Amino acid sequence: MAWFDKLSRGLSNTRNSFTESMNVLFRRGPKLDENFYDDLEETLILGDMGFQAAEDIVASVRDTARRKALPDAQAVMDLLEDSIAQQFKQAERDPFTDLPSLVLFVGINGAGKTTTVGKLAKIAKDRGDAVLIGSADTFRAAAIEQLDIWGERAGVEIVKRERGADPASVCYDVIQRGEETGAQLILIDTSGRLHTSKDLMRELQKVVNVTRKRSGIPVSVVLVMDATTGQNGLQQAREFNKSLDLDGVIITKLDGTAKGGIAVAVSRELELPIYRIGVGESIDDLQAFDAHEFARALITG
Amino acid sequence: MFDNLSGRLQGIFSGLKSKGRLSEADIDAALREVRMALLEADVNYKVVKGFIANCRERCLEAKVMQSLNPSQNVIKVVLDELTALMGSTNTKLILSSRIPNVIMLVGLQGSGKTTAAAKLAYRLKRDGHSPLLVACDVYRPAAADQLQTLGDEIGVKVYRGDGKDPIAIAKTGVRFAIDNLRDVVIIDTAGRLHVDDEMMDEAARIKEATDPDYIFMVLDAMTGQDVVNVAQTFASKVDFDGVIMSKMDGDARGGGALSIRQITGKPIMFISAGEKPQDLEPFYPDRMAKRILGMGDVVGIIERAVEMADQEQAAQQAERMLKDEFTYVDFLDTLKQVKKMGGLSKLLKDLPGGDKALASGQVDEGELDRIEAIINSMTKQERMKPGLINGSRRERIAKGAGVEVYDVNQVIKRFNETRKMMKKMQGMVPQGKPGKGKKGKKGKGGNMRQMMGMMRSMGLDGMDLSKFR
Ligand SMILES: Nc1nc2c(ncn2[C@@H]2O[C@H](COP(=O)(O)OP(=O)(O)OP(=O)(O)O)[C@@H](O)[C@H]2O)c(=O)[nH]1
Ligand SMILES: [Mg+2]
Repeated sequence: MAWFDKLSRGLSNTRNSFTESMNVLFRRGPKLDENFYDDLEETLILGDMGFQAAEDIVASVRDTARRKALPDAQAVMDLLEDSIAQQFKQAERDPFTDLPSLVLFVGINGAGKTTTVGKLAKIAKDRGDAVLIGSADTFRAAAIEQLDIWGERAGVEIVKRERGADPASVCYDVIQRGEETGAQLILIDTSGRLHTSKDLMRELQKVVNVTRKRSGIPVSVVLVMDATTGQNGLQQAREFNKSLDLDGVIITKLDGTAKGGIAVAVSRELELPIYRIGVGESIDDLQAFDAHEFARALITG
Repeated sequence: MFDNLSGRLQGIFSGLKSKGRLSEADIDAALREVRMALLEADVNYKVVKGFIANCRERCLEAKVMQSLNPSQNVIKVVLDELTALMGSTNTKLILSSRIPNVIMLVGLQGSGKTTAAAKLAYRLKRDGHSPLLVACDVYRPAAADQLQTLGDEIGVKVYRGDGKDPIAIAKTGVRFAIDNLRDVVIIDTAGRLHVDDEMMDEAARIKEATDPDYIFMVLDAMTGQDVVNVAQTFASKVDFDGVIMSKMDGDARGGGALSIRQITGKPIMFISAGEKPQDLEPFYPDRMAKRILGMGDVVGIIERAVEMADQEQAAQQAERMLKDEFTYVDFLDTLKQVKKMGGLSKLLKDLPGGDKALASGQVDEGELDRIEAIINSMTKQERMKPGLINGSRRERIAKGAGVEVYDVNQVIKRFNETRKMMKKMQGMVPQGKPGKGKKGKKGKGGNMRQMMGMMRSMGLDGMDLSKFR
């Protein structure tokens, strides 16, 4: 049960800071005045939800609270939780359990792509699925070695080429190997890149296009995002989505004190589901995403 | 979210400009926008609060309110406050006489420590030191391999020790440096969460074992509000000396830089803006403040240009330009320099209004290649005497470059505009640093002018060139 402890520890860290902020609120008394709502907004902003999203949500909660004549702060907080949870788009399909499936992992440098591939490979393998991983990060130093180790840990075969090889052709190889071995779940790691780099985004577009064209099984493109990311996360998601037509998002590093509030803004604006959350560096530190739990973690703990 | 801070401030202030004298309400309106923009730039909420309060106080001073040009003064107040918050002077990395100097890097997972370590080593090596990289991240798979690969690429030795005990590796790494006559040791450590007590304790013990001259915290420029919690804990547990801001080549405004300064008082030492070893630059508070306010890092561009340009050639160009003999040869040279400096986008980002041009997709890097191909398809004579290029020549050039005549005409049009532009801009550009010789001075000015003209001619007319003064 060690992993379970870790998960809840991860989540409760997220909760604690929010609770602290909220306690400050409550000590102010349950009076639903200007200050109360201002502080609510402040808390959401401090959770990286962004000025605009925070303002919108609080304004609508405030309206509803007045209309329904909600009695106290607790009732408003419940409403807030619901409102936040509702911002998240529901996943129509889970690309990690609805098999066969091929998933490409994309994102900024250091977001947690490779680690997430390792974790997901392990989970699927333990469940008895035929898994294959591919290393299309042929750019970063020792990226292939890193994924190799994750492959070993998960007990999953990895398809790779030498550093500097064309990432699109690696995907080609992976798909071919997948067809040979009858893999049900194929996970492909790509190199981290900034969304502002036109060339690298074009390269990634090619990788995704080749994969979508060549694959005989459904392809999903998943953006991996660090929970500590601030408002730039929205811009990242927009750009990656524009270039690659994303299917969903995974938020990592929720085991810290960052609240991952940017996920609300991203899911809300781009209508992308959050598939999983990362809550640590070990192979078992991956958790299903639950919108209500996430929202509650943000507000009440 | 792209250009919010600079764009919005420019918006507000152009609004103020048209109004003349300011009322208290005007100032509050402007500051409300500033506040919103700062929040969107990821400056911590509490830091923003204090910042705005300070600005307000200063803006309400009679001097600002009653001056003839109050909007200018508001801009100045905001900029001054911002610069002051960033630290008023640029902090230099000064190595002590102790051999070896020890520099330790710490930070969250994925913040860019390993890359920063290699960049730092590259920089020190370039400055005549013989650095040693020490790989103390024993947790992340293949972390030491990554450092090793980077070290090999820049020709800097990497010490890996037993690959198991970070404290022992750090300690023996320093020993190794002494035995092998290395004068600076750079310790790369594992990424860690500030709430992971065990790991924070490990960092403290590495510190204790190696007594670093500098501990730098590497901070991702995209970090949000949590930067305050992270920095505070790192400051109290390992007491770092300065910050390296990474991923500054992205479009994150880097408001975290402001927060971290305010919360810990530690200076930002370097900014890391690219994946190549040379992409580590000193941090200038005033430039960062200006960048945030959308006033452009003009000085930075000039310096980069100077670093890159072949002085002699630049001087010749400038000479020719003064006589208005700007030719396609110069045009091509300028183009190549722009490319060398990291392409148009990189250059533009630092210019006022450049963000807007970038955001609106006006910049097409492929355009540079196309222009190059067209010029390459011209004869030597044509390049030196642009007047020669008539209709049939245009057709030939187009064929040679594999483009339409229309494209050739566009380039010619741009070339002519650039030429005109440059004439106009003469004298607008600041001269180089004194004491570099006449030739160098002219070279710098000439280069800048050319580049700005180039960008102008690339269709970036939204740029406010008056700010270059
Ligand atoms: N605390 C914590 N750390 C994580 C989590 N996910 C990943 N990391 C760490 O973040 C760092 C970067 O993770 P990687 O998986 O290498 O990230 P990446 O996106 O593949 O990075 P690049 O390929 O270099 O762009 C590593 O040190 C991981 O151990 C998480 O959920 N929590
Ligand atoms: Mg990776």
